[in-house]
Amino acid sequence: MNKIFETPLYPYARNRDQDADHPPRHKVIVVGAGPVGLAAAIDLAQRGVPVVVLDDNDKVSFGSRAICFAKRTMEIADRLGVGQAMVDKGVQWNQGKVFFGDRKVYDFNLLAEAGHQFPAFVNLQQYYIEHYLVQRIRTLQADGASIEIRGRNRVTAVRPHDSHTALTIDTPDGPYSLEADWLIACDGAGSAIRAMMGLDFIGRVFEDNFLIADVTMEADFPTERWFWFDPPFNTGQSALLHKQPDGVWRIDLQLGWDIDKTEEQKPENVIPRLKAMLGEDTGFELEWVSIYTFQCRRMARFRHDRVIFAGDSAHQVSPFGARGANSGFQDADNLIWKLQLVLEGLAEDSLLDSYDAERVAAAEENILNSSRSTDFITPKSDISRIFRDAVLDLSEHHPFARPLVNSGRLSLPTVYDGSVLNSGDRLPGADAGTRPGAPCPDAPLGDGFLLPQLGHGFTLLTLNADAPDVVEEAGLTIPRLAVTTDADETGALAARYLGTAGSAVYLIRPDQHVAARMETYDDGAIRAALRRAIGQEYRP
Amino acid sequence: MTSPLILTPNLDRPDDVYAELLAAHDGLTKAQSDALNARLILILANHIGDQATFIQALTKAKGAGSNDRPHDGGHD
Ligand SMILES: Cc1cc2nc3c(=O)[nH]c(=O)nc-3n(C[C@H](O)[C@H](O)[C@H](O)COP(=O)(O)OP(=O)(O)OC[C@H]3O[C@@H](n4cnc5c(N)ncnc54)[C@H](O)[C@@H]3O)c2cc1C
Repeated sequence: MNKIFETPLYPYARNRDQDADHPPRHKVIVVGAGPVGLAAAIDLAQRGVPVVVLDDNDKVSFGSRAICFAKRTMEIADRLGVGQAMVDKGVQWNQGKVFFGDRKVYDFNLLAEAGHQFPAFVNLQQYYIEHYLVQRIRTLQADGASIEIRGRNRVTAVRPHDSHTALTIDTPDGPYSLEADWLIACDGAGSAIRAMMGLDFIGRVFEDNFLIADVTMEADFPTERWFWFDPPFNTGQSALLHKQPDGVWRIDLQLGWDIDKTEEQKPENVIPRLKAMLGEDTGFELEWVSIYTFQCRRMARFRHDRVIFAGDSAHQVSPFGARGANSGFQDADNLIWKLQLVLEGLAEDSLLDSYDAERVAAAEENILNSSRSTDFITPKSDISRIFRDAVLDLSEHHPFARPLVNSGRLSLPTVYDGSVLNSGDRLPGADAGTRPGAPCPDAPLGDGFLLPQLGHGFTLLTLNADAPDVVEEAGLTIPRLAVTTDADETGALAARYLGTAGSAVYLIRPDQHVAARMETYDDGAIRAALRRAIGQEYRP
Repeated sequence: MTSPLILTPNLDRPDDVYAELLAAHDGLTKAQSDALNARLILILANHIGDQATFIQALTKAKGAGSNDRPHDGGHD
């Protein structure tokens, strides 16, 4: 039994703010020490912005919750200092099987593209990631960074003002007050801040319940994702089996709508279900059991002046497709560099509206994908079940039907097409995967990889092109990363960044999304693109 | 490349094709027939390939049903 989520990681300790005569003011307060709040806080601290994290708990998230983390999350985590730890501990997988009724209909391989530092996915319990992030905060603190995490500090009131937000916080020693120039609400799907501000959270509740169980077992199931539609051991419903580290397996059993949640969670009811699935003779131990109902919904806007919502507080998706935590990391990645520029007076606060626009679009994409998966897994009408079953029957015999099978479209980062921060694409013949708005795909570079070379600020990436070594514009100093495709042995760098063009110049944002690209260095165009990317060329 | 949906006669032997369609459903229960139709539609959709052509077919199929007109506004 894994005890990591029973040990307080950031136990309550009285802080000097509790004895202040007037509410102390902080530049940035993050509410919630889930993966998203922790990631946001680390990014701020790494940028030299002081930050205080408040959490009503003092431990990592209870139970595994998220287990499937996508490459983009590892790339972001790498910039935050915990990417390698995730890969070292995580279980990598590429293979899967799909079952329909009592038969296997097909095998699949994700066929992950080569030439990336990180794998397409790792399976890893969410509490490990939170643990790594907390350890990273300890390291930053030891290095003198101004980052604080306050356990058992529950926000009980929030009062937005023009110049700041006032907070009341409850602790074991009683309440105290704080003020924040900027408040980042990462307080999860049931966000108290959202509720206290009377903000909406609109969407669709799927009338279905899923039993989710993490079991430890010494079984020789392969490291694959197995998904069952209408299996004999759970008639008319679905099931999922997926491996995590430490011999822990994730089992997900659809239960239907009319169930007694308390009854279903009792071991005497869970264990027979699992035996029917795993076989009478398979020995296993229950680590964590929970029942959940799907929701797909989001706030209309993620930015409310000086209060900004990120992660599950802003949007919620069904777990099929692993888009919750994965998209929350992208929220933090998108927000924090913008907030830093605003705090340093290098950008107007309207730059934060682009966080809203870009991440609302991302949430829409994630909700669309996860709603479609849920509709396939749980057909809502007779005819949708007929088509669903027809797809599965065909998939056994004909490869064409396999792309129609939808047991979760695995999370990919959102391309910010149409963002006001993008400049027009001026690199004809290049791959669409590196168009303005796209997250930079990784590629082998020298002995290592491209993405770790990009750093925390803007970068001017040149391929076979001349350019100044630094560009200074709008108060920013942009270093150049000059590469050639002479030593591009795999051809991946050229394929991803040049296409048929002979040379290329990219302006890359601090969150590693492309702001602009062109064939050769054009000083005026790069400077304009930079001003645009920090929100100076538009007014909303 | 979008190929326009063909809505003029295009079958050499329409009576034969129609008879084949009905024969395929001979002896099937309603559920089996529904499943067969669904598989057939999916195979044909994949064969068409082009999404715009498929959507045209869908629109024309919807628009021609006298029973469901009140539901979709009854245009066309
Ligand atoms: C069964 C299940 C499976 C999942 N699988 C996946 C998956 O495979 N991949 C994936 O990407 N996602 C998955 N998710 C979703 C993922 O768990 C969430 O998206 C993720 O935890 C969201 O992180 P967060 O930091 O936004 O919020 P949370 O993790 O919910 O953290 C919110 C934090 O805020 C604190 N808090 C709340 N209110 C207050 C308050 N008033 N004052 C102070 N602190 C407060 C809470 O204590 C908590 O620590 C899954 C979820 C579930 C339930």
